[in-house]
Amino acid sequence: MSAVDVPEQESWFHRNQQRIAPWLFLAPGLLFFMVYVIIPVFQSFNLSLYEWDGLGAAEYVGFRNYEDLYWEWVDRDAFYISLKNNLIWLIMYLLSIPAGLFIALFLNQTVWGIRLYKSLFFFPFVISQVVVGLVFTWFYDPTFGLLNEFLGLFGMGPLNILGDERFVTYGIIFAGLWPQTAYCMILYLTGLNAVDPEQIEAGRLDGAKGGRMLWHIILPQLRPATFIAFVVTIIGALRSFDLISIMTQGGPFGSSRVLAYYMFEVALSEYGFRMGYGAAIAVILFLIMLCFIAYFLWSMYREERGH
Amino acid sequence: MFPKPIEKQPRGAQITYQAMLPLALLLWLGPLLAVALFSVKPAADFTNANYWGMPSSFEGAYNYGQVFFNSDMPRYLLNSFLITVPTVIGAVALSCMTGFALGIYKFRSNLWIFFMFVAGNFVPFQILMVPVRDLTLELGLYNTKTGLVLFHIAFQTGFCTLFMRNFIRALPFELIEAARVEGISEWRIFWYVVLPLMKPAIAALSVLIFTFIWNDYFWAVVLTQGAESQPVTAGITSFNAQFRAAYQLMSAGSIVAALPPVAMFFLMQKHFIAGLTLGAVK
Repeated sequence: MSAVDVPEQESWFHRNQQRIAPWLFLAPGLLFFMVYVIIPVFQSFNLSLYEWDGLGAAEYVGFRNYEDLYWEWVDRDAFYISLKNNLIWLIMYLLSIPAGLFIALFLNQTVWGIRLYKSLFFFPFVISQVVVGLVFTWFYDPTFGLLNEFLGLFGMGPLNILGDERFVTYGIIFAGLWPQTAYCMILYLTGLNAVDPEQIEAGRLDGAKGGRMLWHIILPQLRPATFIAFVVTIIGALRSFDLISIMTQGGPFGSSRVLAYYMFEVALSEYGFRMGYGAAIAVILFLIMLCFIAYFLWSMYREERGH
Repeated sequence: MFPKPIEKQPRGAQITYQAMLPLALLLWLGPLLAVALFSVKPAADFTNANYWGMPSSFEGAYNYGQVFFNSDMPRYLLNSFLITVPTVIGAVALSCMTGFALGIYKFRSNLWIFFMFVAGNFVPFQILMVPVRDLTLELGLYNTKTGLVLFHIAFQTGFCTLFMRNFIRALPFELIEAARVEGISEWRIFWYVVLPLMKPAIAALSVLIFTFIWNDYFWAVVLTQGAESQPVTAGITSFNAQFRAAYQLMSAGSIVAALPPVAMFFLMQKHFIAGLTLGAVK
């Protein structure tokens, strides 16, 4: 700003407006976010070093909560099963990306009524996970579930998916894939819409078709969509809580727990409030997430620099 | 367009495609359609193990009537609205300002503050759970809608800031410079120049946040209990406990609970998808 056209009687605020303004605009949002999100993260780190039942005085125990987790001294077969299930969730959940791409390719046409089809395919994403959980609990039900009706047609079954330690986690993940695939589908549909038609034509002239065209010409152009699909799917996988809570409550015998659910169970369940121990589980989950968060931020940072 | 438009394919392929569309949809929505079918069946069908046949009588009106007039469901629905709507307003209002601050001004910590919002938006809920619950208890807001709303506003501000900031970044900056040359104050630039241009972003975010908050279950369980403050996602578990084994009522209840965001989606589809896919295209 030139100093010439600033009248002398202007207040300090007026002169420094452009330096102060951003902070005034940031203040309310930043305050809320600090109090409810950023500070609690550190509080949880601190709390994980204490033993606390949520009411009495907290007792400092150093890293004992983490030792208890590592050796499973408190809950047998809980921590490592949860960790393993988290890993299964992460890997299986990623299937929603190719599945979403597949459906997007299937629906990327311009026939009559296709818009309604797209909306209806997207539908599961809008429904709350609680309802998705209920829907799939009934879908798997061994006495009347649609799945077993279907298996019965082929003389198989009845299979009690949610009651069987071998299948339960996969059963819940499958339910979770339903809305997640819808989400990835919509990302890819939007991406496909913006694919450069000239490049496709050029590819066709070079004789590229089907799979080769998809791999060499379409997918590179879909990178932004794939990146977002990857981000939301990873976050979704590690946040899995609602479905487990609704469908099995971690059962049978804790075999479908993940860290998020285990933490909730430890800190706020009928077995007594073990806040410090719960916080330690939350910290571990957070550290796993942090690897991904760091990667996302790094990608965004490169992007920002690129501008 | 990819894949190749079906109109340019042989007639056979076209017919196959047209036939496969409804079939695929039926398969895709199968579990949901099953629940819809359950919700119009009479109780007798379940005791007689007539699960998948035609309903022996059409009891949709009765079942949904039960949900609306003979359960806490209306209460839960009202709670959900009273939690969702203030959250949407609060989070969008806060993030319009934070997004403006981070999108328009250049200052040293800009990118770091932005990344803090983004990172905070990704943290697992569990690491916030105990401290947020304690804070809410201390404020005397445990088991109130206000307690839930305050947290939701704060947490959603992360995502909303990401969204708004990127949206504002894409606006023509010359507009703001021109306004500054005119000597218009920063607040007025925000209010009269930028805010009107943000309408599409505000619409998109509102629909998205409405759906996210309506569908929240975790925080509802952590911060509330009982029909006076619980939203419908948490309420449905008590509802199901009340009507245990009455599948027709549980189905009807689930459909009612799922409906508002679905309606929101179909009414505001364009905005919803624009919001969800921001950044999916360069």
